[in-house]
Amino acid sequence: MTEVELKFFIEVVTTYFGQVTGEEAAMGIPYVKNAEPVVLDYTGLIGISGPRKGGIYFTAGKVLLSELTKVILDAEEADEDTLLDMVGELTNTIAGNVRRSFGADFLISVPMLIKGRPDDILVRLKPPVFVIPLNWHKEKAFLVVGLE
Amino acid sequence: MKLMIVDDSSIMRRAIQKYLSPLNLELVATATNGQEALDQFQTTLPDLVTLDITMPQMDGLTCLSRLLALKPSVKVIVISALSDPGTGLKALKLGAKSFLPKPFTETQLVDEIRRVAGGPP
Repeated sequence: MTEVELKFFIEVVTTYFGQVTGEEAAMGIPYVKNAEPVVLDYTGLIGISGPRKGGIYFTAGKVLLSELTKVILDAEEADEDTLLDMVGELTNTIAGNVRRSFGADFLISVPMLIKGRPDDILVRLKPPVFVIPLNWHKEKAFLVVGLE
Repeated sequence: MKLMIVDDSSIMRRAIQKYLSPLNLELVATATNGQEALDQFQTTLPDLVTLDITMPQMDGLTCLSRLLALKPSVKVIVISALSDPGTGLKALKLGAKSFLPKPFTETQLVDEIRRVAGGPP
């Protein structure tokens, strides 16, 4: 994956938080994932097929997802299922939006939702896997991308 | 005007319902995938449908064609994260009245619904 392609993902995440919440996420410097796991409490994972194969996942903690849900649904309290749904929809939106740059043959699956912190998430991701850190409302999250 | 909301995300279904609550629409059904939408559609016959694309069991574009076969006058707004121009164009060619990319704002959704429904409902 090229630097330009990484920027596609960064732009989409920035736009998402800016448009949905009015406050853009602060994007960190991407790095190539090492053996250290990058998993928070809730994760949405999407498989990519077509000419580009691999996967992406977005992982975040409870506070970030609760705050995001409150913004969208106007201060409703978010239960566990809602938080999982939120991370899945966010991941789906990011993966769908990068098709503006990757094209319509960048085929995305429905999101697989993971609650809790498995040892690591390697399934579907094609190395090198890039980690894009971000902060929103002082809460961290990660977008992780591994495409052929 | 009878409304059906189709999206596999409960947050999106609830957000669309909330954003459209000030309008004079009767929510007759919600569905989480294309097959469920077809089943609900046949019993409730909505006039207006918001339809996601990426869903399990049956995707939105397949569902769109089948909804129009059942009721050609139904007005379908496709709301999807698949925001490449080709997907939007495909939805319109299949008969959708509009394509709204996610993420969207409350104002964007309400404006689009009003436009498709033919004025302030």
